[in-house]
Amino acid sequence: MNAIQQKVDEPVSDELALVQSAKAGDVSAFEELVKRYDRNVFRIAQHITQNREDAEDVVQDAFLKAYSNLAQFQGQSKFYTWLVRIAVNEALMKLRRRRPERMVSLDEDVKTEDDSLPREVADWSPNPEQQYTQAELRDILTKTIQGLPATFRTVFVLRDVEGLSTEETAEALELSVPAVKSRLLRARLQLRERLNRYFQRHESGDGNQ
Amino acid sequence: MKCSEFLHELTNYLDGVMDDRTKAELEDHLSWCHNCFVVCDTTKKTIEIYRDSQLYELPDDLRGRLRSAIVAKCQAKKKAGPEQV
Repeated sequence: MNAIQQKVDEPVSDELALVQSAKAGDVSAFEELVKRYDRNVFRIAQHITQNREDAEDVVQDAFLKAYSNLAQFQGQSKFYTWLVRIAVNEALMKLRRRRPERMVSLDEDVKTEDDSLPREVADWSPNPEQQYTQAELRDILTKTIQGLPATFRTVFVLRDVEGLSTEETAEALELSVPAVKSRLLRARLQLRERLNRYFQRHESGDGNQ
Repeated sequence: MKCSEFLHELTNYLDGVMDDRTKAELEDHLSWCHNCFVVCDTTKKTIEIYRDSQLYELPDDLRGRLRSAIVAKCQAKKKAGPEQV
């Protein structure tokens, strides 16, 4: 079984030059950075907030905050990792405001013992996603990821959807590498288990349940 | 290797970050433990399905509106000066 390939390409080398120009007050250089990463920020924001309007706000607020604080960006990390950190914080703030009854924190105590052992092991049909239309599949995937705690959702989207490395994810979330790894394992296993009901193989061959 | 040990290493295995010896042990486990094989295979599939899903793509019209708003706010901030952050 081959390791999963990363999706995101390395940023092009002119990025630091764009950041320098933006720091010097060139708004069009900053606009170039917006164009480069707005889709990613929107996806991350919507995964975390699960709300379209909040995600739109997060995109605006995160870029504006990045622009306002460019002087703080020292270039030790990639601009994108730094931006993601800002966006995640903005998104979590939105989520806390919307769901004040539930504490939302990335530092939630996460048990790492064998409570993540799969309860149900069912093989899936080959290409299970093809049993559904695009719209049905989108609905299934959205509902499934919505059920995860915010901390797992966030780690999963940065690491597995956006393709940040484990170290970059840790940096963006201000978590340790082992903490990212344990949350990622739990997130992946929980999603897998929740998808079983849609994707599992039916031995009788008489269609979906 | 027990199933719990396999599971503990699953993320490293899927991400391809482990030494050859551990990898060989995991693959030996996979060769005879059907449950772990299924968990490993379907977890990998889960990641791939989400990665390829294009969930929450930013529509072009909204993208244009957001970008214009961001640029306008940045320009206003620039005029107000760096102290007004």
